[in-house]
Amino acid sequence: MANILSKFYVKTKPLSIKEYKENGGFEGLEKALHKMKPQEILDEVISSNLKGRGGATFPTGLKWQFTANESNETKYIICNADEGEPGTFKDKVLLEGCPFLLIEGMIIAAYAVGGTKGYIYIRGEYPKSKEMLRNAIGVLKDEGYLGDKILDTDFSFDIEVRSGYGAYICGEETALIESIEGNPGRARTKPPYPPNKGLWGKPTLVNNVETLANIPIILSMGAEKFKEYGTASSSGTKLISVSGSVVNKGVFEVEFGVTLKDIVYETCGGLTENSKFKFLQLGGSAGACLPENLLDTKLDFDDLRSRNISLGSGAILVADDTTCLLGFIKATAEFFEHESCGKCTPCREGNKHVTKLLDKIVNGVATVEDLEILKDVALTMKEMSLCGLGQAAPTALLTTLNYFEGEYNEHIKGYCRTGVCFMKGGEVVNE
Amino acid sequence: MCIVLEDKTMEIIDNVGNTPDKLLEVLIAVQESSEENYISEEQLVSVSKGLGVTLSKAYGVATFYSMLSLKQRGKYVIQLCNSAPCYVNKAFEIIRAFEENLGIKVGEVTDDGLFSLEFVSCIGACHMAPAVKINDEVFGNLDRFKVKSILEEIIRRER
Ligand SMILES: Cc1cc2nc3c(=O)[nH]c(=O)nc-3n(C[C@H](O)[C@H](O)[C@H](O)COP(=O)(O)O)c2cc1C
Ligand code: SF4
Ligand code: FES
Repeated sequence: MANILSKFYVKTKPLSIKEYKENGGFEGLEKALHKMKPQEILDEVISSNLKGRGGATFPTGLKWQFTANESNETKYIICNADEGEPGTFKDKVLLEGCPFLLIEGMIIAAYAVGGTKGYIYIRGEYPKSKEMLRNAIGVLKDEGYLGDKILDTDFSFDIEVRSGYGAYICGEETALIESIEGNPGRARTKPPYPPNKGLWGKPTLVNNVETLANIPIILSMGAEKFKEYGTASSSGTKLISVSGSVVNKGVFEVEFGVTLKDIVYETCGGLTENSKFKFLQLGGSAGACLPENLLDTKLDFDDLRSRNISLGSGAILVADDTTCLLGFIKATAEFFEHESCGKCTPCREGNKHVTKLLDKIVNGVATVEDLEILKDVALTMKEMSLCGLGQAAPTALLTTLNYFEGEYNEHIKGYCRTGVCFMKGGEVVNE
Repeated sequence: MCIVLEDKTMEIIDNVGNTPDKLLEVLIAVQESSEENYISEEQLVSVSKGLGVTLSKAYGVATFYSMLSLKQRGKYVIQLCNSAPCYVNKAFEIIRAFEENLGIKVGEVTDDGLFSLEFVSCIGACHMAPAVKINDEVFGNLDRFKVKSILEEIIRRER
């Protein structure tokens, strides 16, 4: 298994600068500040082919170049540590296991694009990670890695930690920016995109924790070496967080190119005793649910795109055959209904209709027409919603309607194969 | 209005910062200082005055972020994860176990004010699903027996 990222959180104590350096920490930063011009860093990140690890998989170097091209005197660097996608807990491992790595990435980013101030926006559900970050920033200030004249250069940069507090939408970059400004986190209309006009109207670079953690590694080993990991379309490694019915759950670092089957049966040791594979959801609650015959899909942006699947946050949820598909879809829909920011109609109203219809289905009182309406509403949400939340909310629904339509029809006929839903006027227990 | 409470709120604002962008941070700090894990109406008014934002703005932010509460909660806020990965690991059985053991439904507070139950979206503990959070602490790999012993342990500590 690859360990270019994981070696840091496995081998070093989180606040030990000494151990961090022994494992190659700050090599990237020293090289960047002392030996490279900002544009050389941008070129290196561009040629590394690194793509964002927060879900949208946008080329990182390009985003940096857009931000650098702006001539504003004030620019912000934001680390997105909101990690709210259900099934995702890989950033947490970096935040608590090696906070220096992502901070080093932020400092390099700031130097490369002309960033003047940094923010780490971390979800309120991670109080320990927040504490760890604050301590790490304190240590780095004392040691001259943050603050005025970093490493005796003319470059100064400081970072403030800001907290989310129970709003999944604040992981969306413009909602996150609204939240830092002290507002409810409602997504903004794009364009303008943050690199042009972000926090307080200034050019702003928003990157995910894992994306930033890759930066020091790319600079210290060089883009060419970095590209030896992974595949042609997808360089490097990916942290995946696996949950559900497998033997080994947790966070694993894998090289791009590995198949989902290898992840489930090799990395994670297969399904738990006596359970049978039902489906795998890739990318968290916003992701597609795949049947067994699609497990040959590779973790590779080209392969995924050709199958119309998105990697999302890299969360993998394995469900076994004791899981009621409809109960699962209903839990997913309720999540999105609760988390919708309410700004646009397709998402705000669509999610309500979807949960209502699913409620009818699990109660055994839905009709075939209800199923048609459900599809209609889901497609409207996907096409018409303002931000990624509403657009991706019906993904699990639409993919299961495609691959597991039988189980929907069974419920409409009043039968739940797992026995989780009590049908035809009986008591419903799966709420 | 209670002067002590207002003073306490102003002190928090002094510590956190008195610019409007600190609204959420201030509200978090106010709630964290409360035994009942909530922000009272009086405190919300003081915060809006102290930061120079309208009361409706303060209310809007306080109600948008679901970890903030304007309703009194238990000393121990039990947050039950109801996201899909926990569902796959049969979280609904755990939810029922908490309700039965405490004799309250999700959304309610026990009579003695010790516990309140609420749903929460994924808390990043899916590798030990089904999981819950009690104040700042996460408990995972739960079953009915563990639920009972966790509650008993807290009650013993509080006696
Ligand atoms: C509803 C929603 C939630 C999101 N949550 C997160 C998140 O928790 N963390 C994250 O890094 N990106 C999240 N994103 C993606 C961000 O908008 C943004 O693309 C990302 O932070 C950019 O960083 P990257 O290019 O390094 O991936 C979310 C997007 C949407 C639509
Ligand atoms: S899609 Fe949903 S979350 Fe996004 S802006 Fe519209 S209502 Fe808000
Ligand atoms: S889904 Fe419950 S902790 Fe993640």
